[in-house]
Amino acid sequence: MAAHLSYGRVNLNILREAARKELREFLDKCAGSKAIVWDEYLTGPFGLIAQYSLLKEHEVEKMFTLKSGRLPSADVKNIIFFVRPRLELMDIIAENVFSEDKLHSSRDFHILFVPRRSMLCEQRLKEQGVLGSFVNIDEYILDLIPYDGDLLSMEYESAFRECYLENDQTSLYHTAKGLMTLQALYGTIPQIYGKGDCARHVANMMLRMKREFAGTQNQILPVFDTLLLLDRNVDLLTPLATQLTYEGLIDEIYGINNGYVKLPPEKFAQKKQGEASKDLPTEPKKLQLNSAEELYAEIRDKNFNAVGAALSKKAKIISAAFEERHNAKTVGEIKQFVSQLPHMQAARSSLANHTSIAELIKDITTSEAFFDNLTVEQEFMTGVDTDKVNTYIEDSIAQKDPLIKILRLVCMQSVCNNGLKQKVFDYYKREILQTYGYEHILTLNNLEKGGLLKPQTSSRNNYPTIRKTLKLWMEDANEQNPNDISYVYSGYAPLSIRLTQVLARPGWRSIEEVLKMLPGPHFEERQQLPSGLHKKRQQGENRTTLVFFLGGVTYAEIAALRFLSQMEDSGMEYIIATTKLINGTTWIKSLMDRPESQTP
Amino acid sequence: MTKSKADEEDYWNSSKFKAFTFDDEDDEFSRLKESRQAVNSIRRLVEEDDDEDDVEKVSWSGEPVGSISWSVKETAASNQRTDREPAFPKITTDTPSLSKSQSGYSLSSLFKGKTKGGNFQTFTDTLSDSSVRLYAPELRKPKSEYKDYVSDWSPEETIQRLQQGKTASLEKFRSLQDKLLLLDFAVSAHDGNVITAVLIYLKRTLSKEVLFRELESRQTALRHFIHYLTETKDQRLLLELLRALGRTEDMALLQYKEHLAIADENKRRDFLKSCLSLPFSAEDSAHVQDHYTLLERQIIIEATDRQAERGGKVEIFQKFPRRASILNMPLVTTLYYCCFYHYTEPEGTYSSPLNIRQTFKISEKQYFVTALAARAKLKAWLDVDALFTSRNWLGFTRKKSPLSFQRVVDILQKNSAPTQVLQDYVGLVDDADLRISLAQKHKCHDIVINTYRDMKDRQLLLAYRGKVGRGSAEERKIDELLNNQQIRWKN
Repeated sequence: MAAHLSYGRVNLNILREAARKELREFLDKCAGSKAIVWDEYLTGPFGLIAQYSLLKEHEVEKMFTLKSGRLPSADVKNIIFFVRPRLELMDIIAENVFSEDKLHSSRDFHILFVPRRSMLCEQRLKEQGVLGSFVNIDEYILDLIPYDGDLLSMEYESAFRECYLENDQTSLYHTAKGLMTLQALYGTIPQIYGKGDCARHVANMMLRMKREFAGTQNQILPVFDTLLLLDRNVDLLTPLATQLTYEGLIDEIYGINNGYVKLPPEKFAQKKQGEASKDLPTEPKKLQLNSAEELYAEIRDKNFNAVGAALSKKAKIISAAFEERHNAKTVGEIKQFVSQLPHMQAARSSLANHTSIAELIKDITTSEAFFDNLTVEQEFMTGVDTDKVNTYIEDSIAQKDPLIKILRLVCMQSVCNNGLKQKVFDYYKREILQTYGYEHILTLNNLEKGGLLKPQTSSRNNYPTIRKTLKLWMEDANEQNPNDISYVYSGYAPLSIRLTQVLARPGWRSIEEVLKMLPGPHFEERQQLPSGLHKKRQQGENRTTLVFFLGGVTYAEIAALRFLSQMEDSGMEYIIATTKLINGTTWIKSLMDRPESQTP
Repeated sequence: MTKSKADEEDYWNSSKFKAFTFDDEDDEFSRLKESRQAVNSIRRLVEEDDDEDDVEKVSWSGEPVGSISWSVKETAASNQRTDREPAFPKITTDTPSLSKSQSGYSLSSLFKGKTKGGNFQTFTDTLSDSSVRLYAPELRKPKSEYKDYVSDWSPEETIQRLQQGKTASLEKFRSLQDKLLLLDFAVSAHDGNVITAVLIYLKRTLSKEVLFRELESRQTALRHFIHYLTETKDQRLLLELLRALGRTEDMALLQYKEHLAIADENKRRDFLKSCLSLPFSAEDSAHVQDHYTLLERQIIIEATDRQAERGGKVEIFQKFPRRASILNMPLVTTLYYCCFYHYTEPEGTYSSPLNIRQTFKISEKQYFVTALAARAKLKAWLDVDALFTSRNWLGFTRKKSPLSFQRVVDILQKNSAPTQVLQDYVGLVDDADLRISLAQKHKCHDIVINTYRDMKDRQLLLAYRGKVGRGSAEERKIDELLNNQQIRWKN
C-alpha cells in the first residue's frame, strides 16, 4: 500500500513502519474494545501512516470526531482521544468526560497527544477536574510523516508564524527531535550545513541531544551524507511566486491537503451513451496524489506547458496497447492480453483523471487574469519598477480582488525591493485598509514582523545583487526540456534551491558576499562517526543530502530539487523534509489575523 | 500601465517576459484534445469494466474507502443507526460527580480558568492556594510510585527530568537565584513545554515587577511567556507586560484586536473610541481614528436608512431594497453604498459621498471607480457622463478620466451598459488597435468602421462587412465608404 515510499534512494517505509509499530503498541496498551475520538485535524496526517484496517485489527470498533457535548454511545471498553496539545481541545474533552460520567462509569478514558504531551494541557484538564478520569495519558511522536518516496513533512501548519512572528521555538524542538529519530533509523548524518537563525537553533539542539546520548553509539551505516537546514525567511520570495509546475498549479488552484486534492466534479462525470446528463455529480471529486501513480510521478514536476505533450504521448501508448487485442489470435495471446488488462485499465483511468485536471488548469492558465498577474510577478522578480506604486495592484484593489492575491503581490514587490519606499508602503496600506477593512491593520503588522512587507530602511536595495550572483532569473528557461531549475517558475530559479545547488558545487565559499546579505548565520558542523561506519564510496556513486525547510516548502521547490537529483552530472540525490507543504496563499493565510473575515 | 506606448512595445518585443502561454497554442490544445479523445475511445471499449477500477476504491463522499477520515464518518454513521434503536429513557442527574478529581492537586489558581456552568468554581475555590503544588504528573504510574518525588534534584537535573516527562518538584526552589537558574536551564534545553512549566511557577511565586524585569534580559523565555499569556487569554497581564517592556505599539495593537470579539455595534464603537488614545505608530493611529469615525457614521446612516426603507416613502429603497446592513463594511463599500443611495445629498450630510471622500481622504482614482460603478449599476448614464466632464478655461467641455478609458469601458460593460453608452467611451480610447478590439468586442460598429476609414484600410473594412447584419445601417455605411471615390485607400 505504501510501496511508493520504498522506491527512492532512501527507504522511507522504514520510518512509516516504525510509526505504525508504535501506534499498535499504544493501542494494545488499552486492552479490550475501543472507540477513537479524533481531533479532526489529525485524520489527514494519520491517513499517511495507517488505514482504518490497522486500527480495526487492534479492536478499534468506532471512530468519532471530537466535538463538544456528549460522546456518542458506543459499546466499547475504552474511549481514546487522539488530539493535538491545544487548550481549546482540552475544554471539549473535559465536557465529553463530564457528560459521560453521568451515564456510564465502566468506560476507560485515554488520551494520546500528537506529537507531544503538554503540561499546559494536562493542567487544563486538571483544572477542569477531569485529569483523574484518564487511565492513560501518552504521546505519539509523529514528528516527520513520510509523504512520498523522497518527501517528509511535519504537517505543522503554524511553524512559520510561531517561529518568525511569535518567536516560539516549539516547532524547532520538534524538528530537532524528528531529526534525532531519523538518525536513529538511518544513521548519524556526518555533515550539517545551515543558513538562518532557526537553522542554527535546530543544529544546536541536535548536537546537544547527541551529547546527552553520548553513551549509546549509533551503529547504523549512515544513509545521508549531508543535512542542509534552511530557514524559510532566508528566501521569502519563492513561496510568493505562482508555481508553474503541474503539481504546483494543482496546489495553487485547488489546494493539496495531506496528499489529497478536491476537484470540481463536472469534468469527471462519466457520460455513458443514452444517459441524461442531468445527474452530474455535485460532490467534489477527491483524488490521492503521489508517486504510487506512475503517470503522476512522470508529469507532476514538469512545467505545465510540457504536460499536454506528455499526456498525449501516454495516450498513444495506451491506445496502442488496447489495440493489441486485435492481434491476439491464439488462446495464449488472448490470455496474455487479459492478464494485462487491470494494469492497462488503471493506466487508462489515471490518464483520464489527469487529462481532466489538465483541462481544468488550462482554463485558468490561459485566462487574461492569470496572465496579467504572472506578468507583474515576473516584472518584480526581474527588478522592473519595484520602487513605484504598481498600476496592476492598484487596479486589482479597486476591483476588490481577493485580499490574499493583493498581499502576495505587495509582499513580493517589497521583498524584491528590499522594502518598499515609505510613500509606496503608506499608499498600499491605506488602499488595502480602505477597501478591505481597517481590522487588517493587524494582518499588515504581522506581515511586517515576518519581514514580508516593510518600509525600506536603507536606501540600498541588495536584491539585484542577489539575483545576479545566484542567477535567479534565466532568460531562456526551457519549459519542455529543462536544463536548469528555473523551469519550475518559467524563468525564476528559486533562491532556496540555488543555495542548495551551490552548496553541492562549488560550495558556499564562492557566494560568501550574498550569504551575508541574507538573514541569519550560515554554518557548518560535523558529527563524529564511530570508526568502521565511514562509507566507502563506489566510483560514481551519488551522495545523499537531506534538505530541511524550516517554515515550509512549495511543490515547485521540491520539483526543482528532484530535477537536480535527476541531472546526470549532479552527483547528488536529495531527500526533502519540511515543517509544512505550503503555497503563497496558505502561507499568507497562516499569517493573517482572522483570515475567515476576509472578503472573497 | 503608466509606461509610454513605445516602452510597452519595446517591452513585449524584447521577449524578456515569457508570457506563460502555450508555445504553440493550437498544437497544445490539440494535444490535450488528443489525449481526451484517446481516453474517451478507450472508455467506450472497456465501459463495462468501469466500476472495477483497481486504482482506488472511493466511497460516495469521494474519500477513498478505508482511509481514516472516511472511516470516522462511516462508523459514526452506523452509530447513529444504533442511536435510533428503541431504548429506555435514561435518567440524568444534574449534579456532576467530582469524586474522581478531588484527590488531585489543583493548579487552577494558575489559570483564569474557564468555568463550565460554574460547576467546579466551588471546587476550585475550596482549595487554598497554599496547597497548590506544581509538578509534572506521571499518570501512567500509580501514586505510590511517586517516591522520588522529594529527591534533591539540582535545577539542571530537574529540567532534564521534566524534559523526559518525569516528575520533579519546582516548589523547593525558593530563592530568586534558583528560580532563574531553572529558567535558564529550561531555555537552553529549547523545550517549550518545560520552559512554560517553569514560567507558570515563576509567575505564581514572583512579583510582577521582578518577573518582568528578569524576563526582559531573557528574550526566549519572554517570548514563551507572551505566547503562554496569549494562549490562556490572560489579556490583562499581557498588556501590563508589554507596557512594562516599553513595547507600546504591540500593546496597542493587541488591545485594538479585542474589538473583533465585540458584536454589538454601539459597544464596538465605544471600544474603538477608547483605543484612540493608545500609543499606536503615527500611521496606525490615523487608521484607527478612521476606523472609529467610519463605524460611528455607519451607525447613523444605518439607523436613518432602515427607517426610510421601512417608511416606504423613499423611492430608491423601494426600487432597490438594501441587501445587507452597512455596519462594519469596509470604507470603499460604504462609499459605494452612499454613491448608490445618497448620491445627490449636499456635502454637509454624513452620508454624502463627497463628504466621505473628504473625511477619509479617498484617492481620486478610488472615488472615481466607486462612483462610476455605483451610478452605472443604477443606469444613471447622465451621472456617469457628468463624472467625466470638465470644462477648460475656454468653456469647452471634454471628457477626462483618472482611469484609462479601457478600464472605464470594462466597468460600464460589467454593469451591462447599452451599446450607445459604451460607444462613447470606446471612442475615447487613444490607441487605435485597442480601440478596434474593444469596439469589436462590444459591437460598436460605428467606431470600427470609422477607425478603418481613418486608417484607409479597404481590406479590413471589406472583411468587416461580413460581420455586420445584412441590410443593416452599418452595412449601408460600409458600402457608401467603399464606393466613395474621394478616399485614397492604402490597399
